[in-house]
Amino acid sequence: MTDALRVEALRKSFNGTEVLKGIDLILAEHEVVCLIGASGSGKSTLLRCVNLTEPVTSGRILVEGEEITSPRVDANRVRRNIGIVFQAFNLFPHMTVLENITLAPRKVLGKPKAAAEGEALELLDRFGLADKAEEYPDRLSGGQQQRAAIVRALAMRPRLMLLDEVTSALDPELVGEVLGVIRELAESGMTMLIATHEMSFAREIANRVCFLDAGVILEEGPPEEIFSAPANPRTQEFLRRIIEAGRL
Amino acid sequence: MRASGTSGGRSILIALASTVLFAVVVVLVVSNAPGWPEVQRQFFNGGLFRESLGVIPEAFFLNVRIFLIAEVVILVFALVLAILRSLEGPVFFPLRALAIVYADFFRGIPTILVIYMLGFGAPALQISGIPRDPLFWGVVALVLVYSAYVSEVYRAGIESVHPSQAAAARSLGLSRAQALRFVILPQAVRRVMPPLLNDFIGLQKDTALVALLGPVEAFRQSQIEVAANFNYTPYLVTALLFVLLTIPLARLTDWLVARERRSRLALGAAR
Repeated sequence: MTDALRVEALRKSFNGTEVLKGIDLILAEHEVVCLIGASGSGKSTLLRCVNLTEPVTSGRILVEGEEITSPRVDANRVRRNIGIVFQAFNLFPHMTVLENITLAPRKVLGKPKAAAEGEALELLDRFGLADKAEEYPDRLSGGQQQRAAIVRALAMRPRLMLLDEVTSALDPELVGEVLGVIRELAESGMTMLIATHEMSFAREIANRVCFLDAGVILEEGPPEEIFSAPANPRTQEFLRRIIEAGRL
Repeated sequence: MRASGTSGGRSILIALASTVLFAVVVVLVVSNAPGWPEVQRQFFNGGLFRESLGVIPEAFFLNVRIFLIAEVVILVFALVLAILRSLEGPVFFPLRALAIVYADFFRGIPTILVIYMLGFGAPALQISGIPRDPLFWGVVALVLVYSAYVSEVYRAGIESVHPSQAAAARSLGLSRAQALRFVILPQAVRRVMPPLLNDFIGLQKDTALVALLGPVEAFRQSQIEVAANFNYTPYLVTALLFVLLTIPLARLTDWLVARERRSRLALGAAR
């Protein structure tokens, strides 16, 4: 069976500064992998490269066996199969929640309005936002906005979801509702690559945890192994600081 | 101008009193000026005022038509220029450069010169098929000049939309053009509505410049009336007509600015 995602020797530089220094990563279908590590370790950049938001400097990325980093690939077609959710939600402020969600299915997939809205309302209902369909994003709480952003990505029926620190911009009391949505997605079998600072959540939800440090994956393994008995001294140091900060 | 708040009645009284006082002072100063009787005779002739009201509004209708036609064309043409200028990548360099040169050129030349050069120059070429009507070339000149300004307004709006909005749109699979059409432009245009309308207030007044090429619009008509009567009162009528046309647009602009500020505040509070 082909891997849902395969990253090979991925390197990415910004103006001569190398942010990713050779990343190798494989996600099987239905697998949930969490990327942990300090800010600036390259987690977000890795996700942006997989979504083709950032062109890679060298290396290859394959999604279900197709090399998406090939110059001949239509980036728009690739992106519609990969959902990404950002830290800052990035909902479109001039559209209602329903319009936010149905825009891409209608304009990119060419779905009729009624069908797109029906599917969107189903998804909103599933994630407890049915009564917010006609609201504008600025009328929603941060947690609701982020859930709406997740629904917007899901409406394209992606094969792979990328979550980029989706709870980092939220007030602590709103984190839970967003994590609940991600938990449900994981249970439904969605393949996900998640960059997160929520260690206890990573421990609970991930099949595998990757510790990134200065642009390389220093250590990876099942969460119980990484969190209980990390082998690499840098991982130990990182987790010790997290525990001291009371976040694990 | 607006009196509101908890002490509304008192504020209104103060505003009213100060307005009346101000008006009285202005009237006293002007009417006590040494040349006032002569100015009054030359500019404020009641009979001629009524007479002009019968002739000039009809000519003014031409200004309104020039304005409306030019406005529609400018809105479209300027948007095309702004989009050309916002194109990324080395391939589009010539188009970007063209848009920049255009904006620099037509913002640099006085409108009156563009009108003269096009209005007298273009028909003189005697190319078969191109219109020789001075009115046509007057409108073209206004479109060329104002599109340069309005394209810059659009561009400011496009650049004010945060790049993360385009990133979110592209991440959903929308093409660059679709992201522009459905996500960037609607937000950009909303934001630049006030400066856009401001430029159109300028355009309303500059329709009078078309008179330089011959068409009898309000200003030219009032010149004719002035010459026939040796009295300046018709100018007063024309001025009033322009002001009357401008006021609704000016108030609409204010209202839009206030609405934009309110929505920004609401957005800030939600964050």
